[in-house]
Amino acid sequence: MLDPVILLPAAINGLTMGAVYALVALGLTLIYGVLHIINFAHGSLLMVGLYGAFFLYQAGGIDPYLSLVLLVPALFGLGYILQWGVIGRASHGSDQNVLLVTLGVSIVIENLALYFFTGDTRTIEAPYAFEMVDIAVARVPLPRLVAFGAALAIAALLWLLMAKTDLGRAIRAVAKERQGARLVGIDVDHIFAMSFGIGTACVGAAAALLLPMFYVSPHVGHVFVLVAFTVVVLGGMGSFIGALLGGLIIGVTESLGGLIFGETFGQLAIFLIFIAILLFRPTGFFGGRPS
Amino acid sequence: MSAVSLLEVRSLRAGYGGVPVLHGVDFDIAAGEIVAVLGSNGAGKSTLNNNVCGLYRLFGGTVRFAGEDIAGLSSSDIVARGLVQVPEGRRVFPNLTVRENLDLGSYRRGRANRARNRDRVVAVFPRLGERFGQAAGTLSGGEQQMLAIARGLMAEPRLLILDEPSLGLSPLLVEEMFGLIRRLHGDGLSILLVEQNVVQSLDLAQRAYVMENGRIMLSGPAAALREDPALRRAYLGM
Ligand SMILES: Nc1ncnc2c1ncn2[C@@H]1O[C@H](COP(=O)(O)OP(=O)(O)O)[C@@H](O)[C@H]1O
Ligand SMILES: [Mg+2]
Repeated sequence: MLDPVILLPAAINGLTMGAVYALVALGLTLIYGVLHIINFAHGSLLMVGLYGAFFLYQAGGIDPYLSLVLLVPALFGLGYILQWGVIGRASHGSDQNVLLVTLGVSIVIENLALYFFTGDTRTIEAPYAFEMVDIAVARVPLPRLVAFGAALAIAALLWLLMAKTDLGRAIRAVAKERQGARLVGIDVDHIFAMSFGIGTACVGAAAALLLPMFYVSPHVGHVFVLVAFTVVVLGGMGSFIGALLGGLIIGVTESLGGLIFGETFGQLAIFLIFIAILLFRPTGFFGGRPS
Repeated sequence: MSAVSLLEVRSLRAGYGGVPVLHGVDFDIAAGEIVAVLGSNGAGKSTLNNNVCGLYRLFGGTVRFAGEDIAGLSSSDIVARGLVQVPEGRRVFPNLTVRENLDLGSYRRGRANRARNRDRVVAVFPRLGERFGQAAGTLSGGEQQMLAIARGLMAEPRLLILDEPSLGLSPLLVEEMFGLIRRLHGDGLSILLVEQNVVQSLDLAQRAYVMENGRIMLSGPAAALREDPALRRAYLGM
């Protein structure tokens, strides 16, 4: 059963899913790192993105991979407005408030989805959904391969944005030194909203990449947000490289755990990791370092 | 006091959460001047700076910069007009490199000349050049203070406010810091120097204001204040 011929394909499949987890986690860790808030609405926003991709495909005939270029700016805008207009205003600078506000926002979004779209689980049937690609010893479904490549490319773009642009520098500056940021003329509220917007744009991209191989329902966000929290805790809160590596590790763990212990235990393996990290290394592997 | 004020503050009242700290402050600084605001800890000097720079909402009074009313503008818009503060406690970005800190100095103003200004400030502060790729949080206190000033200069200030630049520095470094400030003023920069270090500040400044309990108690040419019996008693123990 632990033959490498079986294990390797499972690991490769796990890596592909892990890249999507990493993308969701990158958004979460960016928002945490800058605003110091744990965004409980992150999963609901992924769900919004998935419905967006779903209806663009069903009603508009737009391929999910094409809808990425619409969903990324749309979810960016939604995140920006949410932070600027709702979360920032309602929080009054208190962390507990923000926690409850993001939780409240997620409840509202999910119930709106239930009301308008019912609780049905929906999927699309993209023509390429079951195409397989041979990689070394593994046969990988095409959508997974696309998701893997695109997620890594988006992570690289995000890194470039953070490292090489004034916006990225300002985001990192605001994360650690708000007063200093104001004094060089950075509009801190704008940077907060930009960070939330970019974090939300990540789930917009993830949604477009997921739809061809996943389903959408009002509660679909829960699946990912718990995994994303684990990834963020594993990699260290606020760490980019940690989110990326953590996502890949969790993807492989889930896949191998499922193979060895049975499908339903893949997720269990993730949460065992989650608890183990909290017990033995609560700062995560890249936590406590300057990001 | 010259005819044309670069910064003109009138009856400024300010404080925190409704509790007043400044009870009507007036002062001026003309282009090309170096003026000191002196006062002991808690006198309200930083409150004055931070309100002038738009970090808080004033309770009342007017602030004019280069002839324009800037009270109520955001700190971002105030920086854009060339009024730049180097704050008490440096407030450099610890997780960013020295170079990134300098670059963000020109986030809102001076962006077009970023590369040229970077070369210039490194010429003034050679130690920063040696630490270009290092995270600012790993610099010594003196180096961080130099970085904070250099970051302020990157915005091509028309008026630079320095809030206690000598705070926490060794006597030797304090000497060096005052020398640097003298040099910056010599190059034509208008400077408002906020200090507790009375003797050295009065040596450097052309004029000075002395604050106590949120009010200006004394003001005048630095040379005259040096001889003022009240000031000598209060601050120099004579
Ligand atoms: N952020 C703040 N919140 C509340 N009170 C403050 C704050 N900053 C300063 N104060 C109070 O305002 C008064 C003046 O402080 P400050 O302007 O920092 O004086 P200085 O810079 O002259 O030492 C002090 O009584 C201080 O306790
Ligand atoms: Mg002070």
